Amino acid sequence: MSADRPRSRWLPIHAVAVFAFLYLPIAVLILYSFNRQGVGGFPPHHLTLDWYRILFADDAIWDSVLNSVEVAFAAMAIALAFGIPAALALDRAQFPGKALFRRLVLLPLILPGIITGLSLLMLFNLAGKRLSLLTIVLGHGTALISVATTEVFAGLQKLDRAQEEASLDLGATYWQTFWRITVPNLKLPIIGAALLIFTLSMDEIAVSFFLIGRENTLPLEIWARLRRGITPEINAISTIIFVFSLIAIVLWYRLRVRAEGGTEIGAELLETSEPHP
Amino acid sequence: MFSRAYKTIVTAPPLVWVTIFLIVPYALMFCYSFWSVSSGQTIVHSWNLQNYHELLRKPVYWETLLRSIWIAARVTLFSLALGYPLAYFLSFYAGRRKDLLYQLVIIPLWVSYLVRAYAWKTILGSDGVLNTFLQYVHLTSHPLEFLLYSPFAVVLTLTHIYTPFTILPIYAALEHIPRNLVEASTDLGATPTQTFWKVILPLSIPGVVAGATFAFVLSLGDFLAPLLLGGPSGIMISNVVVSLFGAAYNWPLGAAISLGMLVIVVNLLFLSEKLEKRWSFS
Repeated sequence: MSADRPRSRWLPIHAVAVFAFLYLPIAVLILYSFNRQGVGGFPPHHLTLDWYRILFADDAIWDSVLNSVEVAFAAMAIALAFGIPAALALDRAQFPGKALFRRLVLLPLILPGIITGLSLLMLFNLAGKRLSLLTIVLGHGTALISVATTEVFAGLQKLDRAQEEASLDLGATYWQTFWRITVPNLKLPIIGAALLIFTLSMDEIAVSFFLIGRENTLPLEIWARLRRGITPEINAISTIIFVFSLIAIVLWYRLRVRAEGGTEIGAELLETSEPHP
Repeated sequence: MFSRAYKTIVTAPPLVWVTIFLIVPYALMFCYSFWSVSSGQTIVHSWNLQNYHELLRKPVYWETLLRSIWIAARVTLFSLALGYPLAYFLSFYAGRRKDLLYQLVIIPLWVSYLVRAYAWKTILGSDGVLNTFLQYVHLTSHPLEFLLYSPFAVVLTLTHIYTPFTILPIYAALEHIPRNLVEASTDLGATPTQTFWKVILPLSIPGVVAGATFAFVLSLGDFLAPLLLGGPSGIMISNVVVSLFGAAYNWPLGAAISLGMLVIVVNLLFLSEKLEKRWSFS
């Protein structure tokens, strides 16, 4: 390692600088949610909880939070209900167009949200479907199947099939085997996927932007307010969103470490290439 | 071991869902791009190439597309420049802190896009945190106007958002490099610099390609950061599409542009898959 020393002198400095770049804006955002003078203005002084008090009395925001929670749960149900079978299909079945199917399922994860959003808007328009929270649910559900599929597929790759085989040999039906063997063995990837889908749906804005009806989700409510100007109240709600996302992500990470026993995880979510056979 | 029925039951429902909610909508986008709008603001379902003619004829669409590509290219470049050394540091030098630092990369990746874009808006504005700070320490006497509502603001914000997207695949690629290759290179007398350029960098190219693809594709199609921070000079191609689907009410023309974007993106994904395969050593 001694031979590597020369380069490792500026690498830590670079690392600190990048982390500062990644986290400073978030720190500023949080700091100014406590600033009585409002957003901007250096140095901040008169720290206060007023903006949080205003926020908690703001019914429109909380209505939108409720909408977002409903949407996230429904999207999670759809993504899991179709994403888990999709992972099983990719792992175990051969059918014509399988390679294309895999690419299509993963596509919304890498595609800019505008394409997913607009193409669904055209579908709902043609079907004469009024835009509402339901159309957002269908959009999120479809886009996030990819998350459930990648997470569960990664779990399946490590699954020992002997247990399922034994269960079937001993006379259990496929249905029993699925619920008693397959699902319990995939518990961690499924919970991890559910958490991630929930968080991503709560935060999603690009797809929702085109599918919104009369009721706003939280990100769209914030967006609508931003057009009218910025207030520390938005900092306050953003801080709360950040804290919740943080908890969900760290929880997801712990689950994944337990499932995989290593630190090199999450990367396959970003892999577009062929999964290992 | 799995029966035909089992395979059908796990395959059919996702296949049907994907057909209805992905394939049909993409096909619709394709159809729309050949339709047109009548003077009475209704969609005319007759097939013609009018929209594509319009796109070829008016330079504004090309200029906006080129500007978007240029913005996305800068975002990609900066994300790689920030991300690669950090991924390299994580993989080779972080030691016991690897786990913690890795989590620090993941967190911003999944934290709300809107929260982060908004944070930059509050920082870059003329009464924003940065300008008031600069005046407070007497580095400037007037607010710097170019900070917000400019392509600069868009590139900065998108770089902030997509840097973690580049770090993860690069890190994964670096972690896959067998360490004995690095040792062999050192044992055979290569300097650390030579080892990096001749062994480590080439072996990490698949990760770089994957990361670059993510940063480029996602920033190319972005419309929220330009709306929030870009101002008139920071308009990107998706903003044109948004206005065509909104106030301008010309869905067919908007669909033609979206389809063009979809074609560009899908081709890039194929290209990056090819490149990743060519450079992968296993």
